[in-house]
Amino acid sequence: MKINDVSIQDIQNDIIDEFSMFDDWEERYQYMIDLGKTLPLIDEQYKTDDNIIKGCQSKVWVHAQLEDEKVVFTADSDAIITKGIIAILIRVFSNQSPSDIIAANTDFIDEIGLKEHLSPTRANGLVSMIKQLKMYAIAYQTQLN
Amino acid sequence: MFKVEAIRQDFPILNRQVNGKPLVYFDNAATSQTPQQVIDVIVDYYSHYNANIHRGVHSLSQEATDKYEQARHTIQTHFNAKHPCEIIFTSGTTHGINLVANGFSALLKQGDEIIVSALEHHSNIVPWQMLCERTGANLKVIPMNDEGALVMSAFEELLSANTKLVFVNHISNALGTINPIESIIEKAHAVGAAVLIDGAQACPHIKPDVQKLDVDFYVASGHKMCGPTGVGMLYGKEEWLKKLPPYQGGGEMIAEVTFEKTTYADLPHKFEAGTPNICGGIAFGAAIDYLNAIGFDDIATYEHELLEYATEKLLDIEGLKIYGTSEEKTSVISFNLEGIHPYDVGTILDKMGIAVRTGHHCAQPIMDYFKIPGTVRASFAFYNTKEEIDALVAGVKKAKMMLS
Repeated sequence: MKINDVSIQDIQNDIIDEFSMFDDWEERYQYMIDLGKTLPLIDEQYKTDDNIIKGCQSKVWVHAQLEDEKVVFTADSDAIITKGIIAILIRVFSNQSPSDIIAANTDFIDEIGLKEHLSPTRANGLVSMIKQLKMYAIAYQTQLN
Repeated sequence: MFKVEAIRQDFPILNRQVNGKPLVYFDNAATSQTPQQVIDVIVDYYSHYNANIHRGVHSLSQEATDKYEQARHTIQTHFNAKHPCEIIFTSGTTHGINLVANGFSALLKQGDEIIVSALEHHSNIVPWQMLCERTGANLKVIPMNDEGALVMSAFEELLSANTKLVFVNHISNALGTINPIESIIEKAHAVGAAVLIDGAQACPHIKPDVQKLDVDFYVASGHKMCGPTGVGMLYGKEEWLKKLPPYQGGGEMIAEVTFEKTTYADLPHKFEAGTPNICGGIAFGAAIDYLNAIGFDDIATYEHELLEYATEKLLDIEGLKIYGTSEEKTSVISFNLEGIHPYDVGTILDKMGIAVRTGHHCAQPIMDYFKIPGTVRASFAFYNTKEEIDALVAGVKKAKMMLS
């Protein structure tokens, strides 16, 4: 099975399984920080003002393109914990069909104990980022129809 | 000897835990905590004499009015205003600033100049930009230097016969710099300009004497002085408050109303349209009484001790840089760890029960000056301890370890 044949639900379940192995917040956060540090998430050329989502606290860049009728997302942030959460979100949403992205929810974030980062009042740009992912999916969906 | 342990007993919130750890509250520059003495006043108000003021003939209304006016008197005495009518109750500092800005729109003309400082909070920049748009006046900015202090020689160069207003904060919220307001007021007056000082950050730490300062307007917020949110005060010299038109129309602020003409009430009611935050005003007065019972000299001395202790301990951490190193500063430390985003540091500290502020502190121009996205800001109050600073230092070290 190719990686992009895995459904959003399956990926979310995998992530929940992975996080269940951590004993405390430190291990969870260290994992996200390491994710944030190791992953090259976005091509520098896409870190433009057009692709920026300004949170009050941290900045997020998102780029999308359609490949084989799947939306490929790349993203980045200037804050590393935000970037770690982006890595998780990209793993879930990228390489999926526009209709699946539109239908997906982010409830799994609650289950892995990172709910506070997706609070609309957190102002780290993540809530706007998820909205942006969906907007791209809607736009590509229209294109495909 | 400052009895911090006894003082901490007054603040029930300090006993709580956050994320399973004892709360270490270092976001005092955003909002201070409330002592039981003030909480009791709030409970007493709603339990015993909650009523609308200034117009009821019944006993409850009379009692509430007396307490509210007594609070005004407490504030007047605290700030040493000449008359009680020079104290206007507001919803907070931002309200006070907007009230004055709105009033000046009737007094300014094209070509007039307003001077603000580079150390301002957004709330102290935006109303003046709006005022300039309305009137055609120009906004000038006093620059700051690398220590986060205002460049006074540049201020003197900005002053001219066109200067009508100067607006400066007493203490910068982002860096803690204490501005030389005595000299600013004196120099502004020399060219005939009025001065408004934003005392939001200063009033929890020092006791300003508005007559001695000879300041024209001074604003403060209750919630930074151990009082509740949603209440503050504007001091204005009587002659200035008489000159300014009312800000909002409504009940309380009128003398006589017909459909042809309304005459306005006298000061201070001219600026207090509608039912005010009665309980908030009374509790604000109680908070001022509480702070005075501890004593501002003792508060300043103790907080300075905390500041020096924390500065030394934090600077021991390699790669930690403090922003705002002016000699005249209050108990605020704005800092960053090299190569680490302040949001990340704040998030890790929160996990350890330590409340700090991260971000640009509503002072983006300052962050632009230092070319940083923001800072981590720890601000100390008289109920904080050196042990809590040790917890902060340990937390910052841990954040550094996890994030580098």
